[in-house]
Amino acid sequence: MTVDVREPSQDMTGRVKGWNTATRWMAMAAIAVLILAIVQQIEGTNQLTSSSTWSSALRLGAPILLAGLGGLFSERAGIVNIGLEGMMIAGMWFGAWAGWQYGPWTGVALGVAGGAVFGLIHAVATVTFAVDQIVSGVAINILAPASVRFLSSVIYTPDTGGGITQSPRIKDFIKTFDVPWLSNWLVDIEEKAWFFVSDLAGILGGFVTNMSWLTVIVLFLVPFSWWLLWKTAWGLRLRSVGENPWAAESLGVAVIRMKYWGVTISGAFAGLAGAYLVVVSQGIYREGSTAGRGFIGLAALIFGNYNPFGVLAGAGVFGYSQALSLRAGAVHALLLLVAVGLLVLAVYAIYQKKFANAGIQAAFAVGFYFWWATSDVVANQIITATPYVITLLVLAMATQRLRMPAADGIPYRKGEAH
Amino acid sequence: MIKRIGLSLIAPAIAVAFAVGVASLALVLVDVNPFYAFGLMWDFATTSTSVASIINRAIPLYVSAIAVALGFKMGLFNIGVEGQYLVAALFAAWIGAQFTIWGPLHTLIIILIAAGVGAAWAGIAGYLKITRGVNEVVSTIMLNFIGFSVIGFVLGQIIIGGDSLIQSTPLLPESAMIPGLNWIFTLLGFSEPRGTELQGFLIIAIILGIAYRFLVWKTRFGFELRASGMNPTAARMSGVNPKRMVLYTMLLSGGAAGLVGLSTMLGKLGAFTQDFPRMYGFTGIAVALLGRNNAVGMALGALLFGFMDRSALILDLNDIPKEIVQIIQGVIVLAVVIAYEIVNRWLQNREVKAASDATKSFSEQAEEVAA
Repeated sequence: MTVDVREPSQDMTGRVKGWNTATRWMAMAAIAVLILAIVQQIEGTNQLTSSSTWSSALRLGAPILLAGLGGLFSERAGIVNIGLEGMMIAGMWFGAWAGWQYGPWTGVALGVAGGAVFGLIHAVATVTFAVDQIVSGVAINILAPASVRFLSSVIYTPDTGGGITQSPRIKDFIKTFDVPWLSNWLVDIEEKAWFFVSDLAGILGGFVTNMSWLTVIVLFLVPFSWWLLWKTAWGLRLRSVGENPWAAESLGVAVIRMKYWGVTISGAFAGLAGAYLVVVSQGIYREGSTAGRGFIGLAALIFGNYNPFGVLAGAGVFGYSQALSLRAGAVHALLLLVAVGLLVLAVYAIYQKKFANAGIQAAFAVGFYFWWATSDVVANQIITATPYVITLLVLAMATQRLRMPAADGIPYRKGEAH
Repeated sequence: MIKRIGLSLIAPAIAVAFAVGVASLALVLVDVNPFYAFGLMWDFATTSTSVASIINRAIPLYVSAIAVALGFKMGLFNIGVEGQYLVAALFAAWIGAQFTIWGPLHTLIIILIAAGVGAAWAGIAGYLKITRGVNEVVSTIMLNFIGFSVIGFVLGQIIIGGDSLIQSTPLLPESAMIPGLNWIFTLLGFSEPRGTELQGFLIIAIILGIAYRFLVWKTRFGFELRASGMNPTAARMSGVNPKRMVLYTMLLSGGAAGLVGLSTMLGKLGAFTQDFPRMYGFTGIAVALLGRNNAVGMALGALLFGFMDRSALILDLNDIPKEIVQIIQGVIVLAVVIAYEIVNRWLQNREVKAASDATKSFSEQAEEVAA
């Protein structure tokens, strides 16, 4: 017996409905920018809204987004995928190898293929043999780095400029572009340092300046995933095997095949995430440089409540906090940002007459305010931990609102309807 | 009985054989004779020094496997052993270095601190599960990463202040260290290991294994643990408090996890350093799966992994990619669970067939009687 606890504004498709909601989102975005602007005035920095911060947030968020979308396809088909990290490592290695040999776009293609291969292995183990999905994921996370290390030791002889732990540098990156006219115009406004207006221009500027073509594709994949999963018969079938494979089976859905699709696509997305790291950001495969992004993607997926746009929001938050952690003064401003954000939540909670929640949020707001007021610098490690802490908090606070696919993680065997 | 042991050995044997097969294939592809490679590994691993080293490598894996198995027994997946043992080792080393007292007591205090910190770190996940319904897999993954940040923060910001090149806790006083066991080799008439000291933590690991077996099979708690793992609903109906079980199991599992790093710390390093050995937590999952959560099985699994890690060194010296060892380990994890699944299905089918055969002859008899 499951009680449906969806927000009334969401229909069965998980889609956000109606013009009203759109206006509300716009208003919330405006308030968010306003908060950023105010915090910046107090802290005396412009890094929270500068176009360089936002452009780097985009670059850092994209692989997280891709890993999260990968997780989405797998978990919507009812297979938990904690092997995303391993698949991402495979994608990164093959991306670097092909990028070095044949150029960045081939790198992307082979990265996707490399991730998909490990996705397929996960599918064979979890779908055909119905073994524990977590165990298989752990195995992928051990197997993938070991396999690529083996390949490195064989292929990257000293004369290639690579080694066991890293590939040679790829020759060129994916091309970047500035949106003509708009980019310059936004940069001009940003430089004026007008309150709010320049901040808005800076944020938008991050999306039109020095933009990689691959990033455009990645962003396009968000609505595309949504369309594929919620607007096509294929997507309905895929989601149905994640909700109730036995019912789907009785209606003639090829459950096994759909699960294979979901998990393999999941690997392909994770592979693309790895390739992205090479052909857009780093230009090289280095052991350990995926740095847990597969797991952060998983976190973004949970944060985003198994919905592509939610994943985008989660990846955005995590990418933004990573971008800030690379900027010396900005981390400290983040404390004040969190304090103000919590205060706004507390006010909203009072408006909703949830006084207990308001009290807790206000107390934390005061705590962060004092932290901000009494400290000069914030250790980087605190920022590194942020996505994970946020995910734990979201899970702890909003378990009732989060809804994973009903049959996620449950092994399925054909003809065992019950 | 013998048949049962034989059956339970089939799956791991298939898995190891399959993994060795995959590795052989990889070796053939890079023009190395697999027999030559495995022969080298075997020859190298059968010296006293290697045996001591293999056991030393097996100890943390065994302890880690016990921590994982405690969760497995009741259907909980503690994937956070990695973070738990690192955080625990850090705090145990840090606090343990602050004072000097009578040796064994000092060691005991460090062990208790480590177990306590490990239990506390795992307890967060347990608490979140019973109060907020947060899935322990996700929360322990997140806690792993938070733990890594905590370690970086404590090592880099608090203990050193970010000045030193190699970040480390202060060295533990000699009283805290556990003496080695190399005399066992001489006692048994073998040559003494050179350059390696068989770690005294071995005894604690063995005690832990016995305690694990006793706890799971001979106590009421162990019974409730297994009952909850096999059929949570039935266990609840018969009066087992599921929330309490979750919390206790996570605490116990985390407590055992806290000890994973101690064999290296108290037997060799004497401190928690930035490059403290990692991955024991994840490899422990592999060992627990290989050993089927059985105290003896896991010991054999840990020794197998220790053997592979040790003998990888000789491959490197002979220009054979030693990464095949990691490939074998990764394949084993996957192959062993698949093999168990296949063996189980085969057993089930055989039972079904036996049952249908039995009823068939019965119904034939009935027909004869009727005729």
